[in-house]
Amino acid sequence: MSLKPKLAVWKFASCDGCQLTLLSCEDELLTLADQIEIAHFPEASSAIVKGPYDLSLVEGSITTPRDAEWIQKIRRASRSLVTIGACATAGGIQALRNFRDVKEFISIVYARPEYIATLDTSTAIAAHVKVDFELRGCPINKNQLVDVINAFIHGRAPAVPPHSVCLDCKRKGVVCVMVARGIPCMGPVTHTGCGVLCPSFDRGCYGCFGPKENPNTESLAYWFERLGLRTADIVREFRNFNSNAPEFRAESERQEKRL
Amino acid sequence: MTSRTIKVNYLARVEGEGGMLVRIKNGRVADVKLKIFEPPRFFEAFLCGRSYLEVADITARICGICPVAYQMSAIHAIEDGLGITVPLSIRELRRLIYCGEWIESHALHVFMLHAPDFLGYADAIQMAKDHRNLVEQGLELKKIGNEVISLLGGRAIHPINVRVGGFYRTPTADELAPLGERLKHGRDVCRKVVRWSRTLPIRHYSQQYQFVALRHATEYPMNEGRIVSNRGLDITAREYDAHFEEEHVSYSNALHSVIKGAGAYLTGPLARFNLNFDRLPPSVQELAREAGLSGACRNPFESIIVRCLEMLFAFEEAIRIIQEYRRPDPPFVQCEPREATGYAATEAPRGTLYHRYSIDGSGSILRATIVPPTSQNQKMIESDLREYVSTRVKMPLDQLRTECEQVIRNYDPCISCSTHFLKLDVEGEQ
Repeated sequence: MSLKPKLAVWKFASCDGCQLTLLSCEDELLTLADQIEIAHFPEASSAIVKGPYDLSLVEGSITTPRDAEWIQKIRRASRSLVTIGACATAGGIQALRNFRDVKEFISIVYARPEYIATLDTSTAIAAHVKVDFELRGCPINKNQLVDVINAFIHGRAPAVPPHSVCLDCKRKGVVCVMVARGIPCMGPVTHTGCGVLCPSFDRGCYGCFGPKENPNTESLAYWFERLGLRTADIVREFRNFNSNAPEFRAESERQEKRL
Repeated sequence: MTSRTIKVNYLARVEGEGGMLVRIKNGRVADVKLKIFEPPRFFEAFLCGRSYLEVADITARICGICPVAYQMSAIHAIEDGLGITVPLSIRELRRLIYCGEWIESHALHVFMLHAPDFLGYADAIQMAKDHRNLVEQGLELKKIGNEVISLLGGRAIHPINVRVGGFYRTPTADELAPLGERLKHGRDVCRKVVRWSRTLPIRHYSQQYQFVALRHATEYPMNEGRIVSNRGLDITAREYDAHFEEEHVSYSNALHSVIKGAGAYLTGPLARFNLNFDRLPPSVQELAREAGLSGACRNPFESIIVRCLEMLFAFEEAIRIIQEYRRPDPPFVQCEPREATGYAATEAPRGTLYHRYSIDGSGSILRATIVPPTSQNQKMIESDLREYVSTRVKMPLDQLRTECEQVIRNYDPCISCSTHFLKLDVEGEQ
C-alpha cells in the first residue's frame, strides 16, 4: 500500500482546460507523481484507485441533476476539496444560461429538446458542497496550481494573492491601457493570477479570473460609461466567463435595469 | 441464444466524459453505442447577442485542448462574412500559432493518452517507470508546442492575443528568434520520435474509409483550403451545409454527421495525411515512406505514426515561418461590422472544424453553428467498433473491452468539444 497522499481529479461541465493544466506542468509532472499518488484522473489514466482521497481537484460547474448528486459523493470521499477554474468557482461561461430561459437555449442547439436533462442554472461547486479552496482563472495558472497542491500536501495556506490585475500592471510597469489609450479594462476589479496578460498585449482585461477581493464594480462601470460604452456593452463586460460570481452578477444586473 | 455485453462506463484517456456499449448476440454484433454524458453547455445559444469581436474568446472555451482551432475557425468565418482579407504576414503568424497547437495536442495524445495502449500501461506516469526517456521526450515536445502558443497568444490554454483582423500585438523578430532555436531542437527530437512510433506493435485492422479534410493549392492544410474527400467531394466552406447534415439515429442518443447520400466519414490526421501527402515537405515524406506510409493508410491504429509525422511537419513549418518572419504592421486589419453571414473550416488537430455566423449591422451575433471534428467522427467510431468486434466475438471479454477502448482512442476523441451536438445520456454512470 502506498502511503503517499492520494490525489483525485473530477470533471463537471467544462472545457477540460484546467485539468489539462496539470498535464501542462511538463517540468513538474514526474516529480509530482513521485510525491503523490494520482489515484483518480480518468483523462490521464485508466487505473482508478478507490477513495477516500486526500485532495480532490474539481473542474467544471453543476448543470445537471445527476451532477448535483455526484458532487455530494465526491465531497464525502475527499478530505480536502479544491475547485479549479472559473466553471467550478463561478459557474463558467455556461452560466450565461442563468440570465435567460434555458428551454429556449436547448431548442436553439438540439433537435429533440425533450431528451435533454439539464438544470436551469450553471452553478459553482461551493453552491452545493463545502469547498476548502477556490483557485480562480479561465484557465487557471499552472504555477498557482502546483503551489495549491503543495500547500494541501504540506498543510499550509496557498500563496495566491487576492488583489487586482490593475495593481500587478503597476508593479510590472505595464502602461495603463485605459488611462493612456482609452481601452475599457476590467483590471481594476479582476483577481490577479494571469500575469497581466491582456494589458501586456495591448488589450483590456476581460475578467477571466473573476472578481478580486472587495471590487468597486460600480465605479468601474461609471468610468466605462465615461469612455463611451453603451449600457449593453457594460453588461457584457461583467457577463462573460465569471458572470455568476456574486460581485459581477450584481453589477451586470444593476446595469441591466438601466437598459 | 447467447448474449455478451462489453461495457465501459467511463472512458479513460480521452478528453471529456463518455462511455461505450457493444452487445453481441448469437455471435453477431447487435448493438454499438458510443455514449456521451458530458453535460451540454449551449455555446451556439449564448453566442447570440454577443459581439462579433468576442467570438474568438468565447468559442476558445469550448475546448481547453484545441482553443486555437476554435479561435481560427471563428475569426475566419467572421472575416469571410465581412469581406476582410489579411496580409500574408498575419496569415503566417496564424499558421505559426496553429503549428504550436498541433504540436501540443498531438504530443499530448501520442505520449500521454495513446502510447500506453501500445506499451501496456495504465498511463504515462506508469510508463515513465520503464520508459523515462520516452515520456520526457514527449513532455519536452508538448512543452515546445505550448511555448509557441504562449509567445504568440499570451498563454497556452485560451490564448488572449487572437482577434478578427489579426492579433492585438505581434512579436518582434528578436522575440521570436529564441523560439526558432527551441523548435529546431524539437524537430530533431521529433525525428527520433517518428522512428520510435513505427517500432510500436500495431494491430492489423483496416476499413474502406471515406476520408474528409481540407486541401490547399500548395500547402499542407491548416487555416484554408477546399473541403475534399477521397470519393470526389470538392467544395468550399460556404457549401458545407448543402453537403453535410446531422442525422438522428434511433439506436444512439447522438446526432451524427454524415455526407448527404454518402454516409459516415473520417476526419482528422489520417484523412489529412492521405488526402495531402503530396503537400508534405520532402523531409517528412521521406520519413513517412521509411515507416511504410505514403498516403494510403487505412489502419487507424497507425494514426499514432501519422500524428508523429504531422508533429514533425508542424516543427518544420514553424521553423520556416520564423526564418521568413516580417512583423505585421499594423497588427490587425481594421474592420467595421455589417449585416453578413460568414463560413469557415480549418484543420483542428482532430480534424475539420466548421463554423458559421450570421451577424447584424451592429456586429451582434444572430446565429452561430459549430461542427467539431469529434461529432463528425462519431458514426465512424461506432462503425469501427462494429467492424472490429465482428471478427473477434469469441475473444475473452476483458481483452475485447481493452481493445475496443483502443479503437476509440485511435480517434483522439474530444468529447468536451462535441457536446453541443450530442444528446445527454441519462444512463451514463461514473
